[in-house]
Amino acid sequence: MNSLIECSHVDFGYENQDAVVGVTMTVNPGDYICIVGENGSGKSTLMKGLLGLLKPTSGTISISEELKKNGIGYLPQQTAAQKDFPATVFEVVLSGCLSRRGSRPFYSAKEKKLAKESMERLGITEISSHCYRDLSGGQQQRALIARALCATDKLLILDEPIAGLDPAAIAEFYQMIRGLNEKEGVAILMVSHDIGNVVKQADKILHLKREVLFYGSTKEYINSDAGRIYLGGA
Amino acid sequence: MEILREMMSYPFLVRALIGGVLVALCASLLGVSLVLKRYSMIGDGLSHVSFGALSIAVAFGWSPLKISIPVVVLAAFFLLRITENAKIKSDAAIAMISAAALAIGIIVTSLTTGMTTDVSSYMFGSILAMSRDDVRLSVILSVVVLGLFVFCYNKIFAVTFDESFAKATGVNVSRYNVLISILTAITIVLGMRMMGAMLISSLIIFPALTSMRIFKSFRGVVLSSGILSMVCFLIGLVLSYQYSTPAGASVVIVNLSAFLLFSLIGMILKMRKGDRIK
Repeated sequence: MNSLIECSHVDFGYENQDAVVGVTMTVNPGDYICIVGENGSGKSTLMKGLLGLLKPTSGTISISEELKKNGIGYLPQQTAAQKDFPATVFEVVLSGCLSRRGSRPFYSAKEKKLAKESMERLGITEISSHCYRDLSGGQQQRALIARALCATDKLLILDEPIAGLDPAAIAEFYQMIRGLNEKEGVAILMVSHDIGNVVKQADKILHLKREVLFYGSTKEYINSDAGRIYLGGA
Repeated sequence: MEILREMMSYPFLVRALIGGVLVALCASLLGVSLVLKRYSMIGDGLSHVSFGALSIAVAFGWSPLKISIPVVVLAAFFLLRITENAKIKSDAAIAMISAAALAIGIIVTSLTTGMTTDVSSYMFGSILAMSRDDVRLSVILSVVVLGLFVFCYNKIFAVTFDESFAKATGVNVSRYNVLISILTAITIVLGMRMMGAMLISSLIIFPALTSMRIFKSFRGVVLSSGILSMVCFLIGLVLSYQYSTPAGASVVIVNLSAFLLFSLIGMILKMRKGDRIK
C-alpha cells in the first residue's frame, strides 16, 4: 500500500528559526491521526508544511501522485469573515473542485455532479441552496467537509475543527468523521486541543513540542510519559 | 427621458456619464471582494492617498493621473502588506496613512497655489472632472475588471471565501490580492475627481452591502452589486443635474436610499419566512 504522505526528519521554520524539528511520520490510507500539543508547539507550522504551503528547511516530504494532482482535502479554521458570507452551500462545496479544473474558467457538469455527491455523503443536499451564513455551526462544518471531499476523498486534514461548536455538534462531528474514516476509508489528520475526545477517537497520536515527543498508537500514548503528563486527570 | 436627452447635449455630461457608470461598475465588483474580506477601509485610505498625490501633482504642474496612479498603486501594495502581516492593526494603519496623506496634500497646496477650487473639487468631486483620457482609461479598466470577474470568477470566489483553502488547493492567492488592489487603486484614482476624495469609497462599499441585504448567493451579490451601482450612479447624476446638487454627494445619497430600501425588503422577506416556519 502506498502511503499518502511521508515525512522523514523534516524541519520547518520561518527565517532561520525552526518551529518544528525532526518530524518523521507517515500517513497511510485509512489512518486516523491526531496532532496534539500546546499552543506554539508547532502544530500549525507542521500542518502548513504537510499542505505544501511551507517548504521544509531540511529533510524530505513525499506526497502521493493523486494528492499532488487534486490537492489535499483541507478544512481550515473558520475566519470571522466567513460567518456571514453570502454564498449558497452549493457554491461553497463546488469551490472544492477548483484544483481539478486547472485553467478552464468554468466548472463542468462532471464537477457539479461531484459536488452534489459530496453533499449527499454529508447529508446536506436539502440545504444546498441555503445561505452559508444562515446555517448552524455544525452545518457549516459539514459544508466545508463536503468541499474538502471534492478535492480528494483519500485524505482530510482538519485544523482545530471543533473550535466554536456546541457540545451536541461536537459529538455529531466526531461521529461523522469516524463514519468517513471507517466506512469510506478516508484518512484523517486532525490538529486538536480536545485531548479528552481525541484519545477516544484517533488511532494514532503525534504529540508535538517543537520536536516529536510521541508518535504511535493511541493505546501506547495513554501509557507513555508524554501522554500521562498531557492527559493529566483526563 | 426628456432630462436624459437634454443632459446628453453637453459633452462634459456625456463623458461624466460614460466614465462614471464604468467606474461605478468596477468599484462595485471589486467592492464585493473587498467588503467580504474586511478590507472596506482600504478604499477610504487609498482615496486620501490619491488626494495627497493629486495635490502634489497640481502644485508642480504635473499630469495628475500619471503621478497619482503609481503612488496609489504603491500605497495599495503597502496597505495589503500590513493587513497580511498584522504587526500594526490594519484599521489603525489605514487611518494613520489616510490622515498623513491628507495632511501632506493640504500643506503642499497651501504653500503653493493656496486652496483653489481645484483642490476643493478633489475633496468633494466635480462633474467637470472627467476628461477624454479619463473616459478612455475607464473603458480599459472596466474591460479588465469584467474579464477578471468572468474568467476568474471561481478563483475569486475561492480566494474571497477562504484564502487558506484556496492556497492549499494551489491557487496563487497573493497574485489575486495584488491584482485586485491594483485595480482598486486605479478605480479610485479615476473616480475620485468626480466623486470626491471623501466620497469615492462609498462606490466600493455601498453596492456590496446593499446587495447582501437580500441576495443569498455569491453570484447574486456580484450581479446585483454591478447593476445596482450603475443604476444608482445614473439616478444620482440625473438628480444632480435637475436640482444642481454636487454629483458625488447625490450619488452617495441614492446609494444610501437603495441600501435602506433593500434592508427593508430583506427584513420583510425574513419575517415572512419566519411566519411560514411557524
